Amino acid sequence: MSDAVLTRDAAEAGDAARRRGSLGLKLQQQAGILGALALFIVLYLFYQANHPRGFTGQILIQNANEAFALALIAMAQTVPVLMAGLDLSVGAVMTLSGCIASHLVNGTPSEIALGIATCIGVSASCGFINGCVVVYGRIQPIIATLATSAIYMGFALILRPTPGGKVHEDLSWALTNDVREFALTFGLFENGEAAWLQPFAWVPVPLVLLGLIVVLIWVPFTRTVTGRTVYAIGSSEGAAYMSGLPINRAKLAAFTMAGLFAGLGGLFLALQTSSGNADIPQAGAYTLNSIAAVVIGGTSLLGGTGSAIGSVIGALVLRTISFNFRIFDIAPLLQPLFEGLVLLAAVSLGGLKLLRLKNKLEVFR
Amino acid sequence: MTEPEPFFVLENVSKRYGGVHALQDVNFACARGSIHAVLGENGAGKSTLMKIMAGVVQPDVGRMMLEGSPVAFPNPAAANRAGIVCIFQELSLMPELTVADNITLSNPPYRFGLIDGRAQRRRSEELLARVGCEDINPSSRVADLPLSRRQMVEIAKALGRNPDLLILDEATSALTAKDVDRVYRLLFDLKARNLSILYISHRMHEIEALADRCSVFRNGRHVETFTKGARSRDEIIGLMIGREIEGQFPPKPSRPRPAPLIEIRDLAWENRLTGVTLEAGRGEIVGLGGLDGQGQKELLLALFGVLRGVSGKVMVEGNVVAPSSPNAAKNGRARLALVPEDRKSEGLILSMSISDNLSMASLGRLSWGPFINAGRARAAVERAIEQLRIKIGDPSDPVSTLSGGNQQKVVIAKWLATNPDVILLNDPTRGIDVGTKQEIYRLMRELAEAGACILFYSTDYEELIGCCDRVAVMYDGRIVRELAGDAINEHNLIASALNIVEQREPTHV
Amino acid sequence: MTRAAATRNTPQAYRLGPDDKPVVFAAGFVLLILIVGTGYTLFTQGSMPLLQPQYLLQQLQVGSFLGIVAAGLMLVILLGHIDLSVPWTLTAAAMMATAAGGAWALPVGLGIGLLVGAINGLGVAYLRVPSMIFTLGVNAVMRGLMVAHTGGFAPQTAATDLMQYLAVARIGGVIPVALLVWLVVSIVVVVVLTRTILGRAIYAIGNRERAAYLSGIQTNRVILVAFALSGAMSGLAGVLLAGYSTKAYQGMGDAYLLPAIAAVVIGGTNILGGRGRYLGTLLGVILIVLLNSVLSIMQMPEAGRQIIYGTVIIAMLLVYGRGNTVTG
Repeated sequence: MSDAVLTRDAAEAGDAARRRGSLGLKLQQQAGILGALALFIVLYLFYQANHPRGFTGQILIQNANEAFALALIAMAQTVPVLMAGLDLSVGAVMTLSGCIASHLVNGTPSEIALGIATCIGVSASCGFINGCVVVYGRIQPIIATLATSAIYMGFALILRPTPGGKVHEDLSWALTNDVREFALTFGLFENGEAAWLQPFAWVPVPLVLLGLIVVLIWVPFTRTVTGRTVYAIGSSEGAAYMSGLPINRAKLAAFTMAGLFAGLGGLFLALQTSSGNADIPQAGAYTLNSIAAVVIGGTSLLGGTGSAIGSVIGALVLRTISFNFRIFDIAPLLQPLFEGLVLLAAVSLGGLKLLRLKNKLEVFR
Repeated sequence: MTEPEPFFVLENVSKRYGGVHALQDVNFACARGSIHAVLGENGAGKSTLMKIMAGVVQPDVGRMMLEGSPVAFPNPAAANRAGIVCIFQELSLMPELTVADNITLSNPPYRFGLIDGRAQRRRSEELLARVGCEDINPSSRVADLPLSRRQMVEIAKALGRNPDLLILDEATSALTAKDVDRVYRLLFDLKARNLSILYISHRMHEIEALADRCSVFRNGRHVETFTKGARSRDEIIGLMIGREIEGQFPPKPSRPRPAPLIEIRDLAWENRLTGVTLEAGRGEIVGLGGLDGQGQKELLLALFGVLRGVSGKVMVEGNVVAPSSPNAAKNGRARLALVPEDRKSEGLILSMSISDNLSMASLGRLSWGPFINAGRARAAVERAIEQLRIKIGDPSDPVSTLSGGNQQKVVIAKWLATNPDVILLNDPTRGIDVGTKQEIYRLMRELAEAGACILFYSTDYEELIGCCDRVAVMYDGRIVRELAGDAINEHNLIASALNIVEQREPTHV
Repeated sequence: MTRAAATRNTPQAYRLGPDDKPVVFAAGFVLLILIVGTGYTLFTQGSMPLLQPQYLLQQLQVGSFLGIVAAGLMLVILLGHIDLSVPWTLTAAAMMATAAGGAWALPVGLGIGLLVGAINGLGVAYLRVPSMIFTLGVNAVMRGLMVAHTGGFAPQTAATDLMQYLAVARIGGVIPVALLVWLVVSIVVVVVLTRTILGRAIYAIGNRERAAYLSGIQTNRVILVAFALSGAMSGLAGVLLAGYSTKAYQGMGDAYLLPAIAAVVIGGTNILGGRGRYLGTLLGVILIVLLNSVLSIMQMPEAGRQIIYGTVIIAMLLVYGRGNTVTG
């Protein structure tokens, strides 16, 4: 657009003025995530403050391990939700990945690497198949993935008719501990005693992995045309088509990403439990919780707005709620009741803002 | 008369939707450095022509030539690459994305293989500046912008693709007068840069102001192309509807102002309505004038019970009413009816049948308890189709199969079935062909004669002048002036719309 | 526009509307399952139980619980919503009905369903929480309440005679009463959908709630009622199922949610709401019930069942359930 440039001064002056406005705007646009973050911080501080043993690294590691799979499956769910779809197969893909891991992630380093690659490849393929059914079969995502989840679950059952299997013990130990143990296990960084490592030595490995996945996969994805198109489809598919955006590619990518994230979650679950288990109720619970986490994390089920980062926070919120149960000695029998009530309360609070809507038509989007 | 060198040519193009010929054997050419207006009633084939040129649909027969070589566009992206960019009537923006994303996403700037957000914003700013909208922040979400700004974003987005041929389909329908002015200047500028511009509009004065050449379409055929000034306004309208038009508006009866049926006192809502006071009686058509977005729509919605937190009083025959929902409004002391702004998303349920839509608002009257009386419903549907002369094949066809004008008739008919006392019309003729417009004007007058009280908001001054007994002009949420009788003329309407008595009129009029 | 216009000049009599196609195909698929299943039994056992009225009636008797759940769920899906609270609404109704016992068992069961459904409706309609998430929360709460109520064990209370009669008795030793209950529910749903203001409003809301609201339809109330009806039907199914098993037990509703959704969708109801016919849902239920019984006859292990189940749903939808691509 060389023929229509502003004078540089004018552009820069405008820039500065706008940037000041932009920060406020950014915060406003991220209100959902920030709300979830605040909720998580409050809940987690409350949990730590009331923990009988006080704050220890061990508790943090345990919490991180328990939250990791849900956080990933919530990320997985986010991508289809952003384009106003739903992936009901994330739990099944996760389970399938875990069952594969319980067979293959063992033995020599190269065997392990191959096993991990297989898990990731298979789960991404499962996601890709979902995408194909949705794009080329033109079936509603929610129902297409309902069907494929049965199929993937079937394969998981073939692989693991009963719980069992084994994963490499060192790897399992290293990935479910803090950074120092990780380094010690593999003899890295002077067995974890390197001075520069010490400030981070206490950080649980799952948190590091989570951070890496967000920074290396999610953030770049949102900066590609394909990633932006996922948002565009959720916002208005017709407009995205008119704008010449790659709709089919974005849909395929979205489901593939969902499969990939779910597979990574399943892989970790297998490492954490050192086994594979084709547990249908568990897979269903993970799928449903992933939707809850996505919503709590500020992503709209109608598509177009939100972020996988918010969903991770949503997953942390859900997990922290159950952590709190443990220390308050609430009868375990009551736990589902409270979990449900908290979920209802959280989503209903959002409903209260309707009372402030002055134009009732805004209720219907 | 010199024929300009053609830039983009369509030869013998036809397109059918099922049994309907949307375009039949059309030859059409447009040239560089010119603004070419395309005219025609709804259903004349203009939109299909545009969609074919922009790659949204493909022709069944015929070929297209771009600068002498044949081309085919399987999708909009292909047309864009060839330099053909279309600004559609239905906005093609993604509301949840930022302005910058919307403008640049189809061809974004990259940095290290990823989209460069800052460059994206900068480029959007440049393009927005070019359409005179420096005030739009590229980081805002499109959904947070008012409709008129969105339309400008749409134009900036089209410019960002460096078009050789720019197609505007009713692109000014939602713009404020100020923006229309900017768009005009922009179009003249683009013409000077040797672009080819196709301009579709229903507004005759826009075409007179802008176009070098005009093409008229009727019933899917290209009727005639002529240079500006070769045909009079009446001749053009004659070409469009295929017959001479006689008096566009029905005569207004002259009689004393009736006693008020509905009295509005100091109505206020948020900062969009501030102290609106208005009365209207049976037999009256009261117009709401003013620039777009001065609170006219909100006034109608407030009366219809859609808005919450409305203060002030609304009285019907002296009794205060405050409907809390459309349901309450249509069943209240005076039965209200609202023909809403957007017939496709608010007025109709497009995928349901014509008969279902026609009976949608009056189900309560067609029922025995909770059960619908099928016979009575069928009779009501037949009556409505007859009364409004809606052209349909089968009442069980989806209403989406009708043309725009007939769809709007269904919206009106659906409300007439409730036998309303007060009819609220929100720009009912927007995007509708001349013939149907005339029928709607006549119907409005008939309804008024039969005792209805009509509040009529329109963005078209001619309509207000031709139809209304009185016009209340709104500015910034209040009524600044009430015009009656001969005082309803273009000069007064515009002067009070701008809320300035002595200042220059907008240049485009 | 395209599809509707495409059929316009086809003669009325031969026209297969978009809503009829799934019904025809589902019926065809039911026949196909019967033929394949019979072929299998003929080949392996030399008999054809699938074609014996006694066997079919028994399968349909078991299927009637699913049918009742699907009927209620269809109302909600037509609205463009979904009710994920079916499993524990059903279980709660069953547990409370057996706990109440006596003459109160049936009204209590239905009442619980109605109440839970109404709560769903309140959340979805008035608080505008996405139904997917609100009903999920309600399901968790009901589960929590029931687990707390029973201490996590199977309740000791038994189904009343009336419940057992409704679920297992056969009129004249032939026609199962449960089937008749399903029939009554079906008739009610058909009448509601095709002959009442409520039904018309449900379709309208499923298509475009904004336009429905501006037409003066009390959309919130309609949503509330539809959810309440769906809850009541889950409750009814729970009461019958408890009667069939002579008691209520933990997790008795788990196997009903997904098959019910599948049945509704296979029957041609759009999962996004607004279109679909009850006849399709009915056939969808029969299809799933028969598919299950054929797989049982084949003694298919769980893994194979899952795979076949998923494949059949996708295959069915690929044949007729394809949406239109976006072309603006």
